[in-house]
Amino acid sequence: MSAIFKLGLVALLTVFAGTASASKTLVYCSEGSPEGFNPAFFSTGTTYDASSVPIFDRLVAFAPGTTQVVPSLAQSWEVSKNGLVYTFHLRHGVKFQSNALFTPSRDFDADDVLFTFLRQMDPKQPLHRLSAGQTFAYWQDMGMDQIVARIEKLDPYTVRFTLRHPEAPFLADLAMDFASIDSAEYYGKMQARGTPGIADEKVIGTGPFQLVSYQKDAVIRYQAFDQYWRGRAKIDHLIFAITPDAAVRYAKLKTGECQVMAYPNPADIAAMKKDPNIVVYSKAGLNIGYIALNVEKKPLDRLRVRRALALAIDKGSILKLIYQGNAQAAKNLIPPTLWSYNHQVEDTPYDPARARALLVKAGLPQGFAIDLWYLPVSRPYNPDGKRMAELIQADWARIGVRARLVTYEWGEYLKRSKDGEQQAIMYGWSGDNGDPDNFFTPLAGCAAVQGGGNVARWCNKDFERLIQAAKISTNQAQRAKLYERAQAIMKQQMPLIPIAHSLEFTPVRKEVLGYTMDATAHHNFYGVDLAR
Amino acid sequence: MLTYLLKRLGMVIPTLLGITLLAFSLIHLIPGNAAQALSGERGMSPERYRQLAHQLGLDRPLSTQYLDYLGHLLHGDFGRSINTHEAVVKEFLTLFPATTELALCAILLALLLGLPAGILAAVKRNSFIDYSVIGASLTGYSMPIFWWALLLIELFSVKLGWTPVSGRIAIVYDFPTPTGFMLIDAWRSGQAGAFRSALSHLILPALALGTIPLAVIARMTRSAMLEVLREDYVRTARAKGLSWFSVVCVHALRNALIPVITVIGLQVGTLLTGAILTETIFSWPGIGKWLVEAIHRRDYPVVQGGILISACIVISVNLAVDLLYGVVNPRIRHGR
Repeated sequence: MSAIFKLGLVALLTVFAGTASASKTLVYCSEGSPEGFNPAFFSTGTTYDASSVPIFDRLVAFAPGTTQVVPSLAQSWEVSKNGLVYTFHLRHGVKFQSNALFTPSRDFDADDVLFTFLRQMDPKQPLHRLSAGQTFAYWQDMGMDQIVARIEKLDPYTVRFTLRHPEAPFLADLAMDFASIDSAEYYGKMQARGTPGIADEKVIGTGPFQLVSYQKDAVIRYQAFDQYWRGRAKIDHLIFAITPDAAVRYAKLKTGECQVMAYPNPADIAAMKKDPNIVVYSKAGLNIGYIALNVEKKPLDRLRVRRALALAIDKGSILKLIYQGNAQAAKNLIPPTLWSYNHQVEDTPYDPARARALLVKAGLPQGFAIDLWYLPVSRPYNPDGKRMAELIQADWARIGVRARLVTYEWGEYLKRSKDGEQQAIMYGWSGDNGDPDNFFTPLAGCAAVQGGGNVARWCNKDFERLIQAAKISTNQAQRAKLYERAQAIMKQQMPLIPIAHSLEFTPVRKEVLGYTMDATAHHNFYGVDLAR
Repeated sequence: MLTYLLKRLGMVIPTLLGITLLAFSLIHLIPGNAAQALSGERGMSPERYRQLAHQLGLDRPLSTQYLDYLGHLLHGDFGRSINTHEAVVKEFLTLFPATTELALCAILLALLLGLPAGILAAVKRNSFIDYSVIGASLTGYSMPIFWWALLLIELFSVKLGWTPVSGRIAIVYDFPTPTGFMLIDAWRSGQAGAFRSALSHLILPALALGTIPLAVIARMTRSAMLEVLREDYVRTARAKGLSWFSVVCVHALRNALIPVITVIGLQVGTLLTGAILTETIFSWPGIGKWLVEAIHRRDYPVVQGGILISACIVISVNLAVDLLYGVVNPRIRHGR
C-alpha cells in the first residue's frame, strides 16, 4: 500500500467518522419483526410501526396524540349533504421517495390514490393478488367493500369516493394504516420489469423516513427523507433494533443501546420512573374493560339492581391490585383520548350502603344469587380476569349478592356470550380506527345484540337513535354532541359497569426530545429530536 | 462399516416420519389456528374467517392436511410461511448461519473450559478444586437459561458495561453479510472495529448457551477420567517414568474421550433447544427465534419445516459421532 493511498484512507475515515458523529441516529428497541412492509396486507401494530408510520402517508391523518382527523395528503375535502359522496382535494408538490430501482418522475397525484384503493378493492386489478394467501386483510375486516361503491379521478388533484350508505367513520377509516398511499408509477415500473412483488418489499412512500435495509429478526434501517412535504425529520437515521424480550429491551435502554423502547413489562414501570436517565410517557390506551349486565336476565332487567351492583364495586382497589396502577378508572364506554368523550358524566362512587338501600327498594333486601363470568385469558384491557372476579365477588357479598364465578375456554366464552347465556360478564374492547362509532355500535348497538358484541343485550331506543344519527352525520361537532348525549343515557341506564382503560407506556431516554404518544398505540418518530 | 452405515440410514426414515407426525400433531393441538392468529386482536367476521381458512386449507380434515404436507415434502417442498410468504427452506438457510455461529462458539467454549476442568477435578480428586468443579457444574446444569442470560446481561452489560446487551453487531456497522457468519463477514468487511464488535456481541449468548454443555462435559470428563486413571496401563505408564502430562493427556485422556464424545454429540440437541431461549433473549436472528415467532403465529409450515430440518441436523450429527468412535478408539469396530 503506497503512503499516499494510506494517507487518503486515513483522511476518508476521518471524514466518515466526522459525519457519523454529526448525524443524529435514534435507535428504537422494537418488539418483533414486521410481517412485511406493505401495511395493506397485515394487521399488527408491529408491522405498522415499521411500515405505515415511518414510510407512508394517508389521505387524512390523526392529529398527534389524538384521534382527531386532520388533512394529510388530502389538503381538504367536502362531503355531500346525503353523506354519500366524499370529494378529496389532493396536496400539490408531494414527493415520493426513491431507491436503487426507482426514481420518481412525477409528484404524488390522483393516480396514486386510485391505484392504492382499487388494488385493494377490485379483484380484477392485475396486482390485486400477487401470491397465494396474501390478502388485503384490513380492507376486508373493516367491511370496506360494503362501504365504498366507486372511486373516481375528477382531475389530477381531485378524487371522489362514492359510498353505498352514509358512514361518518369512513374518514377515520382512511386514516388507518391499510389506507397508506403507494406510488402507482413505482408499481407500474416493477410490473413492467416482471417483478411487481419487489414493490411490496422495497417499499416507496411519501412519509418522513425511507427504508434503507432490513435484516429479519435483527435490524431495520431508515433515513430521513430530505424532500418530505411536512419538512425533513430532525433525526437523520432511524434504526429499529428488534428485541423481543421486554427485560432485554429495558437493559438496552439503560445502557443507551437504544433511546426508545416498545412495550415495557408493567412490573418494571416503577423502577423506570425512578431512573434519572429515563422518562416514562403514558397514555390511556384505546381500550375499555367492563362488566356487562345482561338486561334480558332477571333481576338485571331492573335498573335499581344494576345501579346497586355498580355502587357496590370498589373500583379503586381493582385499579390498584389488578392493574397495579397502570390504568385509568373508566366512567364511559370510550376512553378519554377519543373525541366526544363526555367529561360531564360522573363516575359511580363506591357506596355499599346506598347499594344496599337500592336493593331494599327493589324488593331484594336479602340480595340474590348471580353468575359472574370472568375472562379466561389476559387481555390488554384486563390483565387478570380471575382475580378481578374474586374482588368483585367479595364486594358484592357485602350487599348480599352471591356471585358464582364462571368461565369457559376463550372461544367458547365468546360464543356463549354472543348467544346471551350470561348474567354478569367481564368484557372489553380495543379500538381500531379512533372513531367513537367503533366502540358504540359493536358493543352497545341494537344490531350487536344478535350474535354481536353487545353482551349486555341492551337495546335502548333513545341511545340507538343517537348513535345512528351520529353514524350518518358528517359534521364532527354535531357527532360529538350526539355521542355525549348517548354516553349520558348509557350512564343513566347502566347496562354495563365501566372498569378501566389500561395505560400504555413508552419509556425513552432523557436525551430524546419531543416524543408524543400516539392515540392509536403507534410509535411515531417524526418530530423527535435528540439532545446532545 | 458400509452395512452399519446403511442400517443406521435405514432407521432415519421412520424416525423422520415420526417427527413430521409429532410436529404436525403438536402444533395442531395448540388452541387457535393460523387464520385466527392472522386476525389479531380485533377478530374477524365469520365469512372472512371461513374464506381465509379455506384459502389456507385449514377447513380440510387434519389427516388430509397431513398427507398433503407429506406429499409436498417428498417433492422437496417444505411450503411457504403463512405470514411472510417466503419459502420455509429459504428462510431457514438465511437464519441458520447465525444459529450455527452461536452454537459452535458455545460448544467451543464448553470444550475449552469443560475438558480441562473435568481433567483437573479427576486428577485432584476430593480436593477443593474437585468440589468446586462438581458444585459449579451442578449449578450450571440446573440454571434455567432465560434467567441465567438475564443475570449475565444485568452484570456484564448493565452494571459493568463490558459487553453489549444484545444483537450481533453494533448498529453503526452496516455491511453485506454474504456468509451469514457475522465474525467472518465483519472480518471481510474491513471496517475498523467491526470484528471486535461482532466478537463482543457473541460472548454473552455463547456463555449462556454453552453453560449446560459445559457442565455436562466437565462432569462427564471427570467421571470418565477417574475410571481410566485406575486402569493398569496408566499405572504402567507411570511406572515407566512418563511425565504427568504425558500420562494424563496422552494415555488416559484419549480413552476417556469416548463417553465424552457421545455426550458432545448429544449436546447438539441441547444446543438447538437452548438456542430457542438464548436467541430470543439476545435478539439473535437465528432459527430459534424464528421458530418461537412461528409458534405464536401458528405458522404451521414454518414450525413443521423448522422442526424437521433441525431434527435432520441432530440425527446427522449423532450418526457422525457414532462413526467417529472408530477414529478415536480403534477397539471399536463397526461392521461384520
